[in-house]
Amino acid sequence: MNAFPGQTARAEQGWLKAHKWLLLRRASQLGLLAVFLLGPLAGIWIVTGNLSASLTMGVLPLTDPLLLAQSMLSGAWPIASGLIGALIVLVFYALVGGRVFCSWVCPVNLVTDLAAWLGRRLDIRAGGRISRDLRYWLLGLVLLFPLATGVIVWEYVNPVSMAHRGLIFGMGWGWTLLLAVFLYDLFVVRRGWCGHLCPVGAFYGLIGVKPAVRVAAAGRARCDDCMDCFNICPEPQVIKPALKGAAQGIGPLIGDIHCTNCGRCIDVCSKDVFRFTLGYRRRPDIAPRASGGDGAKTVASGTDVPIPGRASS
Amino acid sequence: MTSERQKTGTTLNRRQFITGVMKTACGVGLFGLGLGLYSQRASSLPAWAIRPPGAVPEDDFNGACIRCGLCVRDCPFDMLHLAELGQDIPTGTPYFIAREAGCEMCEDIPCVAACPTNALDHALTDIRKADMGLAVLIDQENCIAFQGLRCEVCFNVCPVRGEAITLDMQHNERSGKHARFIPVVHSAHCTGCGKCEEVCILDEAAIKVLPRHLAKGQLGAHYRLGWEQKRQAGEALVTPDAEHRYNLPEGMGYEHGGRGLIEEAAPGQPASPVPDNPLDSLNRKGAL
Repeated sequence: MNAFPGQTARAEQGWLKAHKWLLLRRASQLGLLAVFLLGPLAGIWIVTGNLSASLTMGVLPLTDPLLLAQSMLSGAWPIASGLIGALIVLVFYALVGGRVFCSWVCPVNLVTDLAAWLGRRLDIRAGGRISRDLRYWLLGLVLLFPLATGVIVWEYVNPVSMAHRGLIFGMGWGWTLLLAVFLYDLFVVRRGWCGHLCPVGAFYGLIGVKPAVRVAAAGRARCDDCMDCFNICPEPQVIKPALKGAAQGIGPLIGDIHCTNCGRCIDVCSKDVFRFTLGYRRRPDIAPRASGGDGAKTVASGTDVPIPGRASS
Repeated sequence: MTSERQKTGTTLNRRQFITGVMKTACGVGLFGLGLGLYSQRASSLPAWAIRPPGAVPEDDFNGACIRCGLCVRDCPFDMLHLAELGQDIPTGTPYFIAREAGCEMCEDIPCVAACPTNALDHALTDIRKADMGLAVLIDQENCIAFQGLRCEVCFNVCPVRGEAITLDMQHNERSGKHARFIPVVHSAHCTGCGKCEEVCILDEAAIKVLPRHLAKGQLGAHYRLGWEQKRQAGEALVTPDAEHRYNLPEGMGYEHGGRGLIEEAAPGQPASPVPDNPLDSLNRKGAL
């Protein structure tokens, strides 16, 4: 067993390969932040606004659909660009995977990834157990508030928008929320915020029920049970059906809506079990069963052999 | 919790299921209660923070605004801010402070145009119809116009000059011969832009923009001003006006303009036994 996830991959295939998707992800997260910060810091206005709603190059409106839904539930009616912006975001994440927002865009991911990394490094076992379904309860609460009180109550404490808005418009005491999330993840529940509680992530997960981009355990026959992918994955429950489901007739495609497409399993696996796949190129052996409502229940009709030709990356 | 157990195949009876759901519901309910109570406090806007033009009423604003800051960015004068956590203003919502920088009342209202949610109402197309608040000359003891000094800075800087603030000339009792130029705000024209508060020359502004509900009184709905009614109807609607008569000695009258009791001049006689020229009395011969 490895001392840390990806040790073997790093030794055998090099540091860069073992961090490829992580680096791309950090580039995406920090790059997006940088584009937003260019305006206020350098006066170069490519994007105005923040993740709640923004305008790119003066033409492309983007709106957070969950926030817009809350606004509309409170009785407000947005203008066309607000609606179009939310629609663009919905379509985008429906295609690439809802929780791609979490791992490739959300600034809180930097905080919770740091907590997870530090937890592994210092061997801090955050042993608290709460249901991963709590996020849906909170999502219900988030949507109930504007309906019942006419106020977007969630925005008073939402660490996601607080972090992004704070970096661009001024943080105030917002950092205390991020610190709370960090400490909670580090000491109380491992991956406690993003993986159990965050209603924003729950919402984006629900958008991405059938995305075109998915991770597949295409080479699962080669798996040597090193457990690295389970240790690094922010939502480890999504891996098991795809990786170990061959005997039960479950296909190698990770179909769970909570897979964030972060690609860390691909990085840390020294056996190259995992890879990104595009929906339209899916071979029958990794395609989800057409009738299956639950993405996790996919069927294997072929053998688990590596697929020649990279579908994505 | 419950769904995981179901997945792993362990038996879960109805009692356990209901207990589990109830536990979660109670926990989430408690959290919701706390959050709801906090939001009650966090939703109140202090009087010194002013919303951008076109903002819907405060109760609706906290539901409509998604805290994106596009209005802040599109303001060419950079006088809007987004509230930070820890401030007394609903977190993330836009505001400005009149004393720091008032609204310049752009004709094209870019902040409203930028708002994606109608929290700043796109129905507002004429900035002169904006209602951000109402200026009130709140400290008449310190406003130097009340000391009879010439200032009129608020009057001159007002974007709705001559309509929202006018100067009312009053007699200066102290000097006895000068006028005081008193600024008077007219609520029908004031947009609450706050320029007057921004430029007031005192260390602490004597004129301040307040939310309209704090600044305005309201006459009872049953109240009618008799002279207005009379003007509209052409005659008094209640008891017709009768000329008031005092029971005075003959030759006496009462002047309402300020002179009071006067002797009316009888035909061919002087109005008063005292001559108009005092010298006439002094030079009069005979017993006084």
